Amino acid sequence: MKVRLRNPDREVEVAGGRSVRDVLDELDVHPDTVLVIREGELVTRHDRVAEGDEIEVRPVISGGAR
Amino acid sequence: MRCRRCHAPAVVEVRRHNAAFCRDCFPSIVTEQVRKAIRRFDMLERDDRVLVAVSGGKDSLALWDVLLELGYDVTGLYLGLGIGGYSDRSHALTAAFARSRGADLRVVDLTEEHGFDIPTAGRRGSRSTCAVCGLSKRYVFNKVALDGGFDVIATGHNLDDEAATLLGNTLRWDTSSIARQSPQLPAKEGMAKKVKPLYRLSELETAAYAFLRDIEYVVEECPLVDGNTQLRYKNAMNAIESTSPGTKAQFFLGYLDRGADLFAREDDADVRTCGSCGQPTTGRYCAFCRAKAQVLGRRLGVQAVALADDREVADALSDEVLPAEIYGGAPA
Repeated sequence: MKVRLRNPDREVEVAGGRSVRDVLDELDVHPDTVLVIREGELVTRHDRVAEGDEIEVRPVISGGAR
Repeated sequence: MRCRRCHAPAVVEVRRHNAAFCRDCFPSIVTEQVRKAIRRFDMLERDDRVLVAVSGGKDSLALWDVLLELGYDVTGLYLGLGIGGYSDRSHALTAAFARSRGADLRVVDLTEEHGFDIPTAGRRGSRSTCAVCGLSKRYVFNKVALDGGFDVIATGHNLDDEAATLLGNTLRWDTSSIARQSPQLPAKEGMAKKVKPLYRLSELETAAYAFLRDIEYVVEECPLVDGNTQLRYKNAMNAIESTSPGTKAQFFLGYLDRGADLFAREDDADVRTCGSCGQPTTGRYCAFCRAKAQVLGRRLGVQAVALADDREVADALSDEVLPAEIYGGAPA
């Protein structure tokens, strides 16, 4: 399956057929620091992703002057 | 996972509450948290004119959206920082949001108003880029609020922001800053009232709210933020949060409930009027005017020469040997 990562934008291929949490673990991404989006909908770390899925992993942490 | 409220499939998990919510229920959870924050700290009155500081990011646009939904009289203020394409895209998304909601937006361009942009200030000044950026924002927000007759400035600081700031202040035992870290700072002479209605919501929650409300926000990070201290503190807090959900909330909300009163006496800064712009400061000139003079290679205190007696002139000039002059950093 295809994963689109942001900041910087890039794409990686990982195995599907498992939970979002497992995919994020492999990518070393903490679930509380990202939105995971599939086909325009949010999914939680407990949802399963299939081999043919495409997901966006969008960071929510912002820094700098507020 | 199922929504705690209606048992539909959940799309957002809030681990610190051991709860999850569906796409229809979650936005109202956020609205309730903002309403609770406003009530808890007497942030807004029904007839207040509210100036919300917007950057084009998820937090400030989410805040603007919630306040509009709650029926407040809200005007957005966007400050153009001059950070190339990043600022252009942020401005465009902010303007698009305002149009989509039929909301009022004011735009101030730092270069047009004050003669410098943030990348230049970061290169020429003695402060970090993020420090001079934050300083410029606070200055402009306050000035626009006072000049425009707004009752209150609202900013999109969230729980993660506040917990990271409290962690940094605590690590330095900066007791004055700890004492001032409140979701509501009342108006003082020359200072507009400031509120942070998102302080009970994590970044994940504000981002999810923005997404579910179809708010298009700037996802990319500011290109100048590399190495930012606040980000390091956030990463540290998130590392703890990953194994102990709720730690961030306990740290910051616990401080508000049980710690803030212990530090209140430390907030004893003696405020006076800036000798250059008239805004409040604890020194002879405010930090913004000092930073601006440094970046532009100007000397503060020129106005005082015509107005003050000799002794005051001597004091003014001796106090204001600018770091840029010391370091040779003044522009050509």
